[in-house]
Order: sequence, then structure tokens, then C-alpha cells
Amino acid sequence: MTVSGCFTALVSGLLFGLGLAVSHMVDPAKVLGFLDIAGNWDPSLAFVMGGALLVTVVAFPQVLGRGKPLQAASFVAPVKSAVDRRLVAGAATFGIGWGLVGLCPGPAIASLAFLRLESVVFLVAMVGGVALSKAFPGQPGGEVHRADA
Amino acid sequence: MENFTPLSALIGGIMIGISASVLLLATGRVAGISGIVGGLVPPVRSDALWRLLFLGGLVVGVLAWRAIRPGDVVLTFDASFPVIALGGLLVGLGTRIGGGCTSGHGICGIGRRSLRSLVATVTFMVAAGATVFAVRHVVGT
Repeated sequence: MTVSGCFTALVSGLLFGLGLAVSHMVDPAKVLGFLDIAGNWDPSLAFVMGGALLVTVVAFPQVLGRGKPLQAASFVAPVKSAVDRRLVAGAATFGIGWGLVGLCPGPAIASLAFLRLESVVFLVAMVGGVALSKAFPGQPGGEVHRADA
Repeated sequence: MENFTPLSALIGGIMIGISASVLLLATGRVAGISGIVGGLVPPVRSDALWRLLFLGGLVVGVLAWRAIRPGDVVLTFDASFPVIALGGLLVGLGTRIGGGCTSGHGICGIGRRSLRSLVATVTFMVAAGATVFAVRHVVGT
């Protein structure tokens, strides 16, 4: 990763974090309010996803169509294209964890800005889960440079 | 519908979308946070810095908003510490086995027109919704 690439990563992270804060997605209660369809339903998360998708659905194909990024040799994107049991099992497992607490990886890290012990506990356990996932073969990690997978 | 904040949600979402698009355009990387974290477990010398800077940026971005609008965002945790730990474990495990999270699959993957990501997103949304239903309306905590 080049110096300019690292700088972009920082700026991108700042904007992402700002977006999480502005939208309140960093607050577990806000997320659970969306997931609690049988309760006092708060559709806000749908608007967050919708706003993000408005941009990425248009921008990503444009960017990928360039063939190569500005400050790197190639795109690094997941190579698997099949919908398999591992995908579904992994997504379901993630969903359960997310539903139990209302935190997913991005908001969990961003929430460190509030210096809550809950965030630290969650993140330590999350890293533990990442380490544990290595026991299951066939993990993504060796990414490939196919932009269309 | 309580606490519905459509405008700030939309604006925040657009910021997130722009962030991911900028990262992809400049560095060729997908802003999938579970993957960015995954690449730090364990860290690889030449590859760690951009990840740390991005993740650090997430925190500073929130700090910046707290400075701009103090008291706007408040965190409320419902779950007990053991449940928080369990949830974290499942999130870490599931995102790596499934290859992504809300940002990786939900925002970036669908942006890339990935069927895998669409399936994953629907799956984790349903699983999360079912979990919240079970916890709040069946078990009644």
C-alpha cells in the first residue's frame, strides 16, 4: 500500500465513521430498533443502507470498469462467486451475533470513541471469533484481483 | 414508528457509500470492515498500516461528530456482558466464515452486483431479526 493509499484509507475511515455517527448506527439500540420489527419499529437502518447503496450501486461498477485503481496495481475483491453452505452458515451466525447485541464490526470499532467497556468486551470476543474461524477451512483471505466475482 | 430519523440516516448512509467508493477507487480495496479486521488477525507487516489507519479513522470520525454535536449520539446497551461476549464471538466467527458483514456484503458486495453478497445480506438480516424477536418477544428480556 502506497503512502497516498494509506492517506486515502485514513480519510475514508474518517468519513465512514462520521457517517456511522450522523446516522446513529454506532448506537446498538438504534440498530436493534430496526431489527425489532414486532416492537417499536424504527426503519432508519433501511435508510442508511439505502443511502449507501444509492452511491455504491452507481459508483462501484464505474470504478471497477476503469480496470485499475488510482493508487494500486489492481483491485482486491473476493474471488468466490458460488452461493454455498459456508456463506449461508456464516451469514446466519453473524446475524445471530448481531441480533444479540446490535453491533457489527464497523460500529463496534467506531463505538470505541465512547470508551465503553461493552465495546471492548465485544471486540475482544470478536477477534477471538475471527481467530476461531481459522479452524474452519476455506476462509477468504487469499484475495484475488478479479473485479467481477 | 419510534425514533425514526430518515434524514440523518440517509445522509449518514450516503457518507458511508462515498467512503467505500473512494477507498475502492483509490486503493482497490473493499470497505468491508470484517475483512479489514480479518487481515489484522494476524497482522502482515506491509499490509497492516492502511487497515489500522482506516479503523482508526472510524473512531476519529465518531469523535469528530461528538465534538461537533455533543450529546447527539448516546450509546445504549441492552445485553449483559456474557451476551455481549457471545455476540462478539459469533460476529467474528460468522463474518469470516461467511466472508463479510453489513459493509462488506451489504454495501460493497451489493454495489458490486454480487449475488453471493445479496444472499448473505438477506440471510444475516433474517437471522438478526429472528434473534431480536426471540430475545424481546419470546424470551421476553
